[in-house]
Order: sequence, then structure tokens, then C-alpha cells
Amino acid sequence: MTATQPSSAVTLQRSLSPGRRARNALATAWMVGALAMALVPLAFLVGYVVRAGMKAFSWSFITNDLPVVTTLPGGGIAPAIVGTLVITGFAALLAVPLGVLAAIYLNEYGGKGRIASLVRFLSEVMSGVPSVVMGLFIFTLYTLREGLQGLGGSLALACLMLPIVIRSTEEMLRLVPVELRQGSLALGCPQWRTIVTVVLPAGAPGIVSGVMLAIARAAGETAPLLFTIGLTSTTNVNVFKGTNTTLSAQIFANAQNMVFPAARDRAWGAALTLVVIVLVFSLAARFVSGRFATRTQHGTV
Amino acid sequence: MTIISAEPATVEPFGLTGSRRWGDRAFRAVTLASGLVVLLILGLIAWSTGSKAWPALHHTGFAFITTDDWVPNAGHFGAFGLIYGTLICAVIALMFAVPTSVGIALFITELAPARLARTATTLLDLLAAVPSVVYGLWAAYVLATPIQHQYQHVSDALGGVPILGRFFGGDAQGRSIMTAGIILAIMIVPIVTSLARDALATVPQSDRAGALALGATRWEALRVAVFPRVRGGIVGAVMLGLGRAMGETIAVALILGPIPQVTTHVFSQGSTLASVIALNFGEASGDFKSALIACGVILLLLTLVINSAARALVRRSERRLEA
Repeated sequence: MTATQPSSAVTLQRSLSPGRRARNALATAWMVGALAMALVPLAFLVGYVVRAGMKAFSWSFITNDLPVVTTLPGGGIAPAIVGTLVITGFAALLAVPLGVLAAIYLNEYGGKGRIASLVRFLSEVMSGVPSVVMGLFIFTLYTLREGLQGLGGSLALACLMLPIVIRSTEEMLRLVPVELRQGSLALGCPQWRTIVTVVLPAGAPGIVSGVMLAIARAAGETAPLLFTIGLTSTTNVNVFKGTNTTLSAQIFANAQNMVFPAARDRAWGAALTLVVIVLVFSLAARFVSGRFATRTQHGTV
Repeated sequence: MTIISAEPATVEPFGLTGSRRWGDRAFRAVTLASGLVVLLILGLIAWSTGSKAWPALHHTGFAFITTDDWVPNAGHFGAFGLIYGTLICAVIALMFAVPTSVGIALFITELAPARLARTATTLLDLLAAVPSVVYGLWAAYVLATPIQHQYQHVSDALGGVPILGRFFGGDAQGRSIMTAGIILAIMIVPIVTSLARDALATVPQSDRAGALALGATRWEALRVAVFPRVRGGIVGAVMLGLGRAMGETIAVALILGPIPQVTTHVFSQGSTLASVIALNFGEASGDFKSALIACGVILLLLTLVINSAARALVRRSERRLEA
């Protein structure tokens, strides 16, 4: 379509009335302007986070423990970095196997059946639950009994990740050619082995990419962690015991004391660190899915 | 696909031993159980938050959603003002986000050459990747100061006008409902754009080509051949954006600050359901905590209703395409 437009535009140019030409130009300006409207704030924001974050950044900033209160100068954000990775990692450990298995049911067994449609609908409903409500849910269900722990945060994040993983995995499984399944079944392979050894590996790059995007999204979440993980100033790698903290929680806590230079610098430093972590995951996801695209083009899948 | 998956089960394969059939059945059961976990979690969400919210809802009754008297220390919980704040923030967000998102979606699908379209998509992914808390930090401590002067100009100009004055008058603050709405707009642009693109992609290229061949300009082709067919899908996309904006918490909480406040002025500090929960839950106890959980339940119901309606619209427009 883009190829046909220039020629038609050129031949019609002269016969167009000024009004029609103006309206078309106005519409074009709207489309280009809309993109600019969205990207200008992004540029300002990223620029400011990098500049303000670099001021706080140093080796000790990412390796030292947190000060006991946010208003004190010095210290680093190591516990928050570790907390982010551990809590998000454990959430992925819970949500990914469950989500992939559920997606296998939807695509390989359920199809358009009643149960599958119900699960699909409920998974859509679940993806609409606000993250703060997910936090309240885990608070009422888990934290009230077990106390503030990293695991509470992991459970809340896992609930947020699950519908994303289900949806993206099902979409990837749908792209796996039917001929692959037929070939494997024709060779006498039972269906479950066909799924595990043929279908899943064929869809793997796309599934991994979707999972990594879900992890990146979860790593930036704050609201579900506010009521579930508590706070700590030292590194805690155990999600099952003791309170924990994350980069997002630290940004939120330090933002309450922005008049203190120490808290301000720490907030921006933590923001830069978090953005870098999220970006690394997002870019890795893009890289993996890029490989998927080239592989399917060459027909090796 | 369903035909193939049914075949091995119905046509008993020759010489298939019992253990192999068992493997298939067990695997199917495991995957089904994983799918049903979603049902379990949703049920638990309803039961667990509902039962903890019950004391406050029972105590205050319908007044919880019809009065705007929110004084936690006195035990007064009227969340109407918070519901209003949630809606007004989300509506402001939509007013900025909808023209922008639809414009970008048109730019990517109708205007840009393939490579430029890819770059634009990558940049939008970047916009979606920035965490909510970082948006909030930037809006509250960087954007708020310069934007306050712009607000003041608008407020001075419209403050005396009868009806507009109720919304735009008063003392203009940088960390206000309007700023929250603008930030929410930036945050929902990627999702609304992506869904609007999906809707636009359902219109066959031949329709556009036909309109262009009849001498239509690109804009006229869009109006005649494309817009009538994507209306449902785009309304659905907008409503999903609305649901997203209403549930967004941390950015709004950082912008609006901790004092629950109810106001019609968009340039003053207000409160939303989500922001009040995030900012007060830590210190709350007893009835107050229960009331905050009740706020969460109301937020959940609001977003569920809007999301379900949106999904139904999107699905209907997709189905019409298949037919």
C-alpha cells in the first residue's frame, strides 16, 4: 500500500481542490504530531533520569547496604537490587510453569471448547485486575497470616504475570505449524511427548520472549509490594524469611523525603538502576524474538 | 488443530499400551489444572478482599459510595469523592491519550514506511517499559514546577467563567489532578495504540486501494473505507485504556501526595481510590484498613465492568471481520 501511494498522490495532486488537499495535509500532520507528542515526554524523562541518576551512581552505590532511614546520607542500594531480582525471579518461577501449562491446555487440548473459552475469558479478566488490588489480595490472604516477607511480593507479582504469560504463550503455540504435530503423531509419538519435544521447542523463542517481557513489567511494579514485603536495610536473599525491599519500593520511600539531598539522589539513582534492569530484560526479549523471526524465515523450525 | 488432537484419543491406536495412554491423560489433567488455577485465584481475590472489606461496607452501608465524607480518624468513610477523583483523572488521561494513540496507530499502519514504523513501535515499547514509579517521580519533582505556570494562565483566564470556573479556577498547583491525568495519558498511550493498530490491521488493504483508485486522498480513504469498520475495535481499545488508567496507582500517588482531598478543581490536589490505598494502608488499622480494602473492592468492580465491556466490543468487531 505504501508503494502505491506516492504515484497516486503525484497524479492526483494537480486536480485536488485546495480544501481536500488541506484536509489531507492536516490529517498527516495529526499522525506525525501524535507520535511527537508521545516521544517528547519520553525523551525529557529518560534524559533527566540519566542525568540525575548518574550523579548518585558509583560502585559503592550499587554494592553497599541501605542507610537505616532514607534521610541519612551515604550507603548504597544493594539490598534493593538483590530484592528486586530475587522477588521477581521467584515470582517468575511460580507464574511461568503454570502459565505455560495453562497455555498448552488452551491451544493443544481445549481449542474452542467451553472450558478453554472460560479459562481464556477469566485470564483476560485477571489481566485487568489493578496491581494495587493484587497487593491487597495477597495482604488479606497471605501477609495477615505469615507476616511481611519477600514471598508475599512474589505471590502478588506472580498473579500479575500469570495472565500475560498465558496469553503470549498461547499466541506463540498457535504459530507452530500443524504439520509438525502431524509428523510427530504419525511417527507414533504420544500427544504429550509431541507437545513437550516438538511443539514447545518450536515455539520456545517466542515463549521466552513473552516471559521476559512479563518479568520486565513485574520488576518495575511497586503497588503490590507496598503491603506485602515490608522494608529492610540489609541484603536478604531469602524470600521465605524476613522483610525485604526492592528498587521500586526504595524509589517510593525516598520520594517521600525529596527535600533531603541524600534521599533525592538515592531516588534518582535507584530509578536509573531500575530503568536499566527493565530495559535489559526488554531488549533481551526483543533479541530472542528477533532470532525467532529469522529462524522461521529460513524454515528451520 | 482440534481435529488432530481429538484423533489419537478417539481412534484407539493399534498396540498402544496402557501406560502410554496414561501419560497422555495425566499430562492433559496437569495442563487443565494449571488453567483452572486462574479460576481459583479470581475466586480467592473476590472472597479474601470481600470478607476483609465487609466490616467497613456493612458499617457504612450504601453511604460508602454515595457520600464524600472521608474522615478516617472520626470513622467517616464516604468514598464518593475518591471514586469521582479516580474517574476524573482517567477521563483527563483519555482526552489526551485517545487522539495521540489513534494518530500514532494511523501513522504506523497507514503512513510510515516499514522501517520507520518499526522504529516507532520500538520507541512505544520503551514508553511502556518505563516503570510507573519512575513516571511518578519525574512528574512530581520535575514536571510539576514548570507546568504550574501554564496551569495558572489557564486558571486566570477561565476562573471567572460560570461553569468552566468550577473546574479550571482556583489556585493552580503543579502536583494536581491535571498532572496526574497527563502522566496517565503517557502511560496508557502504548497499550491503546497497540490495540488500535490491531483494529486497523483487520481492514483489508484492497478496501483502501479501492478508495484511493477512485481518487480519494489518503484521509478520505481512511474516512470512507477504514474508520466505519474499526469503530468498535477502537472504542474497545479506549475503554481498556480507561480501565488501565483507573487502576494505575503509584504514579498518581506520588503526584497527588498523601492528604485525601475531594475537589472539582482539576488544578488542585485530589485523590483517587488507588492513591489513597497506596499512601495510607501502611499506617491504617481496624476500620480504616477495612475501609481501604473496601476501596480496593470498588476499584476492582469498576475496572472489571469497564474491561469486560471493552473486551466484548473488541471481540465483536473481530468476529464481524471473520464473518
